[in-house]
Amino acid sequence: MKRFSMSRYLSIVRKEIIQIKRDRPSLGIALMMPLLLMLLFGYAVNTDVNHIRTAVWDQSKSAASRELVDNFVNTQYFDVAAYTESYAEIERLIDDGTVDAAIVIPPDYARKRDNNEPVSVQMLINGSDPNIARTASANAQLIVQNKAIALQERRMQKEGMGKLEQPIQLQARVLFNPNMESIVFNIPGLIGLIMQNVTMILTAFSLVREKERGTMEQLIVTPIRPFELMLGKITPYVFIGLLSFTIVLVLGIYWFGVPLKGSFPLLMTLSLLFLITTLSLGIFLSTVAKTQLQAMQMAFALILPSVLLSGFMFPRDTMPTVIQWLGGLVPLTYFLEILRGIFLKGVGLDSLWRDTLGMAAFFVLILTIAILRFRKKIE
Amino acid sequence: MEYAIHCENLTKRFGDRIAVNSLSISIRKGSIYGFLGPNGSGKSTTIRMLCGLLVPTSGKGTVLGYDVMTQSEEIKQRIGYMSQKFSLYEDLTVEENLDFYAGIYGIDGERRKQRKKELIAMAGLTGREKQLAGSLSGGWKQRLALSCALLHQPELLILDEPTAGVDPVSRRIFWNVIRDLARQGITVLVTTHYMDEAQTCDWIGFIFFGNLLAQGTPAELIARLQVDNLEDVFVTLVQREEERQAAARNRRTEERA
Ligand SMILES: Nc1ncnc2c1ncn2[C@@H]1O[C@H](COP(=O)(O)OP(=O)(O)OP(=O)(O)O)[C@@H](O)[C@H]1O
Ligand SMILES: [Mg+2]
Repeated sequence: MKRFSMSRYLSIVRKEIIQIKRDRPSLGIALMMPLLLMLLFGYAVNTDVNHIRTAVWDQSKSAASRELVDNFVNTQYFDVAAYTESYAEIERLIDDGTVDAAIVIPPDYARKRDNNEPVSVQMLINGSDPNIARTASANAQLIVQNKAIALQERRMQKEGMGKLEQPIQLQARVLFNPNMESIVFNIPGLIGLIMQNVTMILTAFSLVREKERGTMEQLIVTPIRPFELMLGKITPYVFIGLLSFTIVLVLGIYWFGVPLKGSFPLLMTLSLLFLITTLSLGIFLSTVAKTQLQAMQMAFALILPSVLLSGFMFPRDTMPTVIQWLGGLVPLTYFLEILRGIFLKGVGLDSLWRDTLGMAAFFVLILTIAILRFRKKIE
Repeated sequence: MEYAIHCENLTKRFGDRIAVNSLSISIRKGSIYGFLGPNGSGKSTTIRMLCGLLVPTSGKGTVLGYDVMTQSEEIKQRIGYMSQKFSLYEDLTVEENLDFYAGIYGIDGERRKQRKKELIAMAGLTGREKQLAGSLSGGWKQRLALSCALLHQPELLILDEPTAGVDPVSRRIFWNVIRDLARQGITVLVTTHYMDEAQTCDWIGFIFFGNLLAQGTPAELIARLQVDNLEDVFVTLVQREEERQAAARNRRTEERA
């Protein structure tokens, strides 16, 4: 009697599959939702700033001034969106949002430059988005500085003094994500966040629906055991979760162009563990929620701590210890390390075993709590 | 052991409302016990405690010799239960529902085929095997629910208003099945608001506001209250109890004054 019954477990699995097949809209949502969320957030969380729309007031109108504008455009950080003839016009363009920056080249630019006289180029920046403003000013700074050095070099060569030697140079090499594109860093995290919350809802709904429809009452007067019921509920959704995961994975790699550095089989294996974990978390939610609406609200309530604590948004290393522990209560925390590790660093299980163990422990714990909490009673 | 159900002072409170008050009943094996009472009197609550769906607040009881407090899993294997509200899967067909519960009770192979055939024939569901349960009309739904409750050949059948909203033909089929089962030695506990159904029970318990007011055979009750039929028994008992409670209330207000 206390033994696990294959017959009862398989009956639940079969019944779930029939119900999923008959409920096409829900199945569609389960598969399409991650795709849509991924497209939506994939662009929304792109924090890289480039192609800043820029107005140019070229009062010099010389080959030299055009060369300078080209230097700006060539970096990809600036796009010339308008040519203007006055400060008033620039102000209007910034006010109505047509441009976020403006370059003002003085009338005597070419003359002074050729005569080795100091000359300044002005940049006006819309400071309302600090991120754009910082990028614009830092890059303009660099562009002009490089230009100055190049001019200096050319002059020294002309005077026969050889190459200009800079006494100190910083050579920074960024590993793993050489172009420091935020999208490369964000997409793996986004895959984890979306999959966590979508799969969680699947099992939570499936159990709560039985409570709402009253079918639970008939089910719990049978000899079914909580473990058989829960395992039977999770099983079919593992396959749906895997399918859904594959879709967002393909989207991340081929649409957003995030390269997968590490092993694909390892990624799929650990993702399977993650899916089982979040599906169990959904089962746990269903032991708390009484209606599908409540289950939905709980799943939503979990999004914020997932975003804040898991390392999705802010690095966990700099968080206070207590907050780091709290992060351990979110399965995404472990999976993020795994996803980013495999995606960006291409590392293997030898560097990820701690997170894998952490996630496995979380899975066992949450399923145990769910089984212990599940009562074959009606409230 | 001669009783299928035996309970003493079974009580259930929801917050400070007493749904079932110190109920003591004994149901002989192989008999049909009719459980009567107005809406909200505590019939379903009692039944749910006996099935192990609700934990009694106090009191004790045994079902088929197993303790309702500690052995509800043993009880669940041996009883068939039909809840007041239809609680099979509406998005599964008749046959899929039967298959599901057969699997849950560990019935498979030849035996499953055999049981399904018998029960579909018994319930008159032949030809509707592929129909979604949700699209069945009231009477058919109840017949399917009965079939599912009987799959594992339970020793005790507990039916909560199985014939509410069911047409006379389905009702007759239902009661023919119930009497057949009783003849085979299966005990049946059934609640109903139909007095013609109650009339054919071996034993009747009458519950009101959670209190068991009277029990006995239909003939005994009619004789004891000196009325013509069971309907009068029902009305008389309710009126007496309401008068008694009103008197008790008056006494209390007088005492306070
Ligand atoms: N889960 C619950 N929580 C709170 N009160 C409840 C609960 N279940 C039942 N009750 C209350 O207990 C009382 C008895 O209800 P019960 O369903 O047992 O009556 P019943 O005799 O089956 O009535 P009916 O003939 O309408 O089916 C009612 O007053 C009901 O409101
Ligand atoms: Mg009832």
